[in-house]
Amino acid sequence: MTSAPPRDVDAVLLEQEEDRGGPVRTLLGSQIAGPLAALVLAIVIFALTTSTFLNADNLSLIATQSVVVGTLALGQTLIILTAGIDLSNGAIMVLAAVVIGKLATDGNPLLALAAGTAVCLVLGGLNGVLISRFSLPPFIVTLGMLSVLSAVARLYTDSQSYPIDSDLLTVLNRGPTIGGVTITYGVFLWIVLTAVLGYALTQTAWGTHVYAVGDNRAAAALTGIKVKRVLLSVYLTAAVVYAFAAWQALGRTPTADPSGYSTANLDSITAVVIGGTSLFGGRGGVVGTFIGALIVTVLANGLTQAGIDSLYQQVATGVLVVVAVAVDHFVRTRQTR
Amino acid sequence: MNASRTVRHLAASGLAVGLLLGAAACGDSDDAETSVAGADDVTIGIVELNLSNPFFGTLQKATEAAATAKGWKVMKAEAKVPGDSATQVTAIENMIARNVRAIVLDPANPTALVDVVKKARDKGILVMTVNATLTPIDAADATFATDNTAAGKLIGQWAKASAPANPRIAMLDFDLSDGPAGGRHNGFLEGFGIADGAPQIAGSALTKGTIETGQSAMENLLSAHPDINLVYTINEPVAAGAYTALKNKGLERKAVTVSVDGACSGVQDVKDGIIGATAMQFPSKMGELAVAAADAYIKNGTKPTAGLTDSGTVLITDKPVAGLESQTSEWGLQNCWGEK
Repeated sequence: MTSAPPRDVDAVLLEQEEDRGGPVRTLLGSQIAGPLAALVLAIVIFALTTSTFLNADNLSLIATQSVVVGTLALGQTLIILTAGIDLSNGAIMVLAAVVIGKLATDGNPLLALAAGTAVCLVLGGLNGVLISRFSLPPFIVTLGMLSVLSAVARLYTDSQSYPIDSDLLTVLNRGPTIGGVTITYGVFLWIVLTAVLGYALTQTAWGTHVYAVGDNRAAAALTGIKVKRVLLSVYLTAAVVYAFAAWQALGRTPTADPSGYSTANLDSITAVVIGGTSLFGGRGGVVGTFIGALIVTVLANGLTQAGIDSLYQQVATGVLVVVAVAVDHFVRTRQTR
Repeated sequence: MNASRTVRHLAASGLAVGLLLGAAACGDSDDAETSVAGADDVTIGIVELNLSNPFFGTLQKATEAAATAKGWKVMKAEAKVPGDSATQVTAIENMIARNVRAIVLDPANPTALVDVVKKARDKGILVMTVNATLTPIDAADATFATDNTAAGKLIGQWAKASAPANPRIAMLDFDLSDGPAGGRHNGFLEGFGIADGAPQIAGSALTKGTIETGQSAMENLLSAHPDINLVYTINEPVAAGAYTALKNKGLERKAVTVSVDGACSGVQDVKDGIIGATAMQFPSKMGELAVAAADAYIKNGTKPTAGLTDSGTVLITDKPVAGLESQTSEWGLQNCWGEK
């Protein structure tokens, strides 16, 4: 009755995926179809109604505006795939950003960046240990963490913001100009992170384990997957992603501001849900989240350009979230029948 | 079993650490209170907005300092996020229960607090608002605040005199149901001599009063209207964000930005040419005026003058215009609030 070797587990799980309808890749493809259609639809509508929307400059701007919440949302996706949630990711990012900003003011920016990464790893690790080792609910653990960290960031900085002038720390706001349009390194980094995490989730044993834990924790444990270890690894991986998000934030707005990004946690969940990842875990992926983050930015950008009150941006985003959850519910109930 | 015990230990030690830290934080003010003799057990309440904004922190500290200098005890509470009137209502209820003599309130919402303020006043507690007003304004005994409409008007007049011949304005607002935000917006338009919807306004967008939301809003407006040459901002962090957006497009020399606040970082931005002009507020003065009024009320029952007492506004710019009184950024740096 000892646990089966991991390789066999993977084979079984992969076979299950295939039984459900084609290879993993097709499954992924069908899941991003909805978000992709919504993105294209939004772009077409704004292109037809606003003369300034559809040009390379503005599209590049939309990608640039998406990178901070978009990167945070990649980490959030990993956690939501395990049926968890992280309400503290924005606060972890902001604390890391102000630690980097304060240390870089009169220190070495590279060391500051390393310190910021360490902050993310320690806090993400703490979340992970409390959630995996002590089986505390992720919602409560990260809610508490959110409250603590928002206060810590303000105490640490005395509510002041730190201007960033280091080249290293702001490099993600620069980038090559292709055909007259500048694409920032931040956008490239976001794409690379999405690709790496997408590969890890779909092509490695680790990824298979993440989906299995999120889909059915008890069943995953029975097949020999070390659930607690997988959960901890997910929170630590997400923490690394949050460190990248902090770097993105410093590049995009060259100021480390303890009162910035106060709704980034919810914005990241919005991007994940609109991107088609199920809040119940086990289904979805980072490519969908990438598209989800773009959709949210396209709405804000397009509606502002169309001269429509900003409050309607919130209405439109909220409606999309409900639609996405309804679609998820529909898919789930069909699968269980 | 083992795990749950560890959790309990963790929780207990966390609580203990929290209590210790809390006690340590209170230590300073307790010392100050006991060192002043004579004031027998006067407690006043200070209800502030979210302290993530240094303006509210400055206002709270100044009020507290003035109160403890009189030997009073202080009960403090603050909203968790902008617009969080629910926390403030609970705080005032607690202060009524604790028999405070006066409450200095920075209301998160002009109408949501009217009922609880009436409850307090019915018990004989003097309630004064600072920074913002209630609707109607006489719902409180007195108000000590910046006349935000006047502040907006100052930068509107300056902008009118300094703007290019063919102004294209971006309005970077905060939720206009917020009293100060609405006042500044309307004051700016009045000072500039236009109304909402005027053709000179290229576009407007709501921000959350922070750097990064100011930047995104400005980027979106610039995408649609690259000819924007005058930027109205609700506060200096938004102005800093707007500047980054302009700079990223190489437009920072083509546009003039005006703002309101007078924080030291904002005045520095005036000096550096990032902000053309800003209207400085005096948060410490608001708190000190309120404590002085409370003192008169507690000593002999004299109530302060009802309505708005203006704590003053000064236009800060290094490019003065004729017929409009202003001070330089040098003067501003000596009289600003917040960290330098």
